[in-house]
Amino acid sequence: MKFGVVTFPGSNCDYDAFRTVVDVLGEHAVYLWHKDHDLQNVDVVIRPGGFAYGDYLRAGAIARFSPIMQEVAAHARRGGPVLAVCNGFQIACEAGLLPGALLRNASLSFLGQTVRVRVENADSMFTNRYADGQVLSMPIAHGEGRFTADNETLDRLEGEGRVLFRYVNARGALDAESNPNGSARAIAGIVSAEGNVMGLMPHPERAVESLLGSNDGLGIFQSMLARVSA
Amino acid sequence: MSRYRVSVHIVPRKGILDPQGKAVADALHTLGFGDVQDARIGRHVVLDVAAPTPDAAGDSVRKMCDRLLANPVTEDYEIARVEGLP
Repeated sequence: MKFGVVTFPGSNCDYDAFRTVVDVLGEHAVYLWHKDHDLQNVDVVIRPGGFAYGDYLRAGAIARFSPIMQEVAAHARRGGPVLAVCNGFQIACEAGLLPGALLRNASLSFLGQTVRVRVENADSMFTNRYADGQVLSMPIAHGEGRFTADNETLDRLEGEGRVLFRYVNARGALDAESNPNGSARAIAGIVSAEGNVMGLMPHPERAVESLLGSNDGLGIFQSMLARVSA
Repeated sequence: MSRYRVSVHIVPRKGILDPQGKAVADALHTLGFGDVQDARIGRHVVLDVAAPTPDAAGDSVRKMCDRLLANPVTEDYEIARVEGLP
């Protein structure tokens, strides 16, 4: 299977994502430069974390108009899988591939720390290797990660099983202290209505080997592999 | 074609938590400005545009707000001023 890792000047998790695919998963990966107009026939697009175009105006607001993002949007409309992490999540929301928006953390501080997230729906292209309610440990690194949407949208996301991950405490329970950025309903990750685009603020590509402190994120890549090669 | 300077205010929508605004409101209260009931921090964008009329300049900037300058999910905008340029 072939993964494409979208890279902007300022992307800083592109190598982590590439390495996850090639060295840990044993699959093929190529880098897709933001000015490219060609997805090189990849099966899966990963839009990793970092920054893009200085994130001027709003995070992701300008990156969504880049040439490669037009191709990523077309791939998504065809039902192609897209894993949008952190800055990728911000861009996906700005591009309308996912509902809602990611605003400044409620604390106003940039947060770089390990958090726990709970799998809210293990029946998806991105979570089928986990169990419902499983608690995972993954790093976050963002200044704008507060997921926000109107109540109607939040109700719809929950009702359709599209909230895939929530921030929780070590016991797997919701509490205000474990919601690091003040996200609405503690949402850390959601999936598109068609089920093929996931936005996630924590970094699974930085949690794929025990040497990194956690390999809990690997299941997301294995889930995509299982679903797409099936 | 004339030139116009169009100013736009973009602010977080009412009801959306604005932590910057809240921090500023708290600081103003600390300074004794007890009359402050709410503060929201947004951005002010000034654009020089070529257009046949002031209305056309405003309409064009509204389209820019809808597509890029404001996020329709979380922000409201208003054209604050349109002035003719020499």
